[in-house]
This record gives sequence, C-alpha cells and structure tokens, in this order.
Amino acid sequence: MTPQLLQQVLEARAARRPVAVVTDLKTGGQRMIARENAAADPLSAILDKAFRFDKSGVEQTGGGEVFVTVHNPPLRLVITGAVLIAQALIPMARAAGYDIWVVDPRGAFATGARFPDIHLHAEWPDEIIPQIGLDSRTAFIALTHDPKIDDPALALALTSEVFYIGALGSKKTQGSRVERLKAKGLSEAQLARIHGPIGLNIGAVGASEIAISIMAEMTKALRLG
Amino acid sequence: MNALETAGAWLAEGRKVAIATVIETWGSAPQPVGSQLVVDDAGNFEGAVSGGCVEGDVITAAQEAIETGAHKLLSYGVADETAWKVGLACGGKIRILVEAVK
Repeated sequence: MTPQLLQQVLEARAARRPVAVVTDLKTGGQRMIARENAAADPLSAILDKAFRFDKSGVEQTGGGEVFVTVHNPPLRLVITGAVLIAQALIPMARAAGYDIWVVDPRGAFATGARFPDIHLHAEWPDEIIPQIGLDSRTAFIALTHDPKIDDPALALALTSEVFYIGALGSKKTQGSRVERLKAKGLSEAQLARIHGPIGLNIGAVGASEIAISIMAEMTKALRLG
Repeated sequence: MNALETAGAWLAEGRKVAIATVIETWGSAPQPVGSQLVVDDAGNFEGAVSGGCVEGDVITAAQEAIETGAHKLLSYGVADETAWKVGLACGGKIRILVEAVK
C-alpha cells in the first residue's frame, strides 16, 4: 500500500464516505473505489455485495485472485439521556468500535465530568440530531424516560436509515409512547422499528446489565438485521 | 483508533510501517477477515490477526516486507507442515496478506 492510498482511505473514513480497496494478490497492486463509483466498475457485482454486507474477502476474477477490503464508515451511537445506563453502555460501545454522541438538554446531567471523551451536547435533540446526521451505520437509543426529550429524537430516528432504534421503558411506557408518536403522524410500520422495552431479555438487573442487554441487541441488529 | 489510523499516525512520526491483513479464514478462526495488525521497523505492533498464536511469525514477515517492499501471502493452520513451529491451536486455518506502506 502506498502512503498516498492509505491517506485517501483515512480521509474517506473521516468524511464517512464508503470506499473499498481492491488488492491484486499476485502483483500486490491496489486501487481504491468509492461506493458511488462501484456500479460502473468492472467488479461491480463483487463490490456491491461487499459494500452491502460490509464484508471483505478474497474473490476470483478474470484477472486472477483479488482481496476486496470494505471500508464502511465507522459505527455511531446516538443516545438521548445523560443517565447511568448511558455511562455503563459507553465503554462497551466504544470497545465495539462506535463513535458516541450523548444529547440531553438537562445541563446537570450532561456534564463533561460524567461523560468524558465523547460528543456531548447539552441541547434539545431536535436542534442537534439533524446536525449529527443519522445514517445506516448509526444506532439510536432513547434513555431519558421524558417524552419532551425522547419523542422528538425518536421521530427523527424513525424517519432515518439508522440500523437500530431502542427506547427504555416498560411495555406500558412503550405503549403510550407509540400512541403519542402515532398522533404525531408516524405509521405503524415505522413505529414497529422501535425496540421497546429496550435490550435482549437476559433478566438484566441494574444499569450495567441493562447496558449489556442493549449492546447485545444492537449487535444482533447490526449483524443479523 | 483502528489499525489503518495507527499506520497513518506512525507514518506521520517517520516510522516505517507494514500492515498484515487476514484475507481468508476456514473453520474456527479467532479474528475475522479484514482484521489487521500494524507493525513498525522496531517490531512495535498494534491490532491482531489471530489470538496471539501466529503474531510473532507475522511480525517477522512484516519487518521483511518493510525491508524489501514486496508483499507476501502467509498461510497458517494445524494441518500445515509448519504447524510444529507456528500454528493455530483452535484448529482453524487463516491466510494473511503482508504489505509495506511505502
């Protein structure tokens, strides 16, 4: 790999542009293809599959054996609620490769002392979330229990391509949440995307174990759809 | 920081760098395809291509790649004739691409 190619790949990652690198395993020769140019590439079928399933691998082509490396944008996790479960979840999500945003207009909760080294916004979700941009490599989680904060954020997530939407609360809370969002014009099909009560049912007790169950459910959505 | 970002940071510091990438796996392999190990000319490394079973050998190969500039394909598995030296205890097989960044 040339330093120039490495630089191009790193710039694409930083700008959240999906790219692939094709390596000819015989010669070691390499080229980078942006996802938007993949359809016009001689290897379009292979590249399309690799991007869609986020799967690097060796492929046989007319020109010999190649290795296709997919560089999809890094995963992101956007959380409303600068609460204890968020504090427990953040180190796990970071270890799994997520960039993390926490949004909570309650300044007493959203402090740098409680949430170091993440993107922290003590603002209303409908002001900041459109700037973050929710895409197919992003998971969204609502943890405040407060409809004034969670509902507008959920409405944004439900009309985006995020791969996971979770909302904290009992079945009853989830029921009334669905009714409120329906009244805001969201459809049954859209609302069915909410994982609520949030997390895989592993009998979690306390913030740390709930965070584990959320992390597991997010991973399942990412890997198994 | 992922392995490529590490490689970029090390290059910016003036270190010579090679990257090893898992390109194929069969059976029970500890690190999935696409996993990377970054090595510098002093033998410092970040990342992993196995559970620690073959890293020593891969680091040596990576330092050779830094010297020669040539890329290299390595294969490891218990069924391999080199298994007495380095191999995978888990019974899987892996194939690794080693390349210098230069």
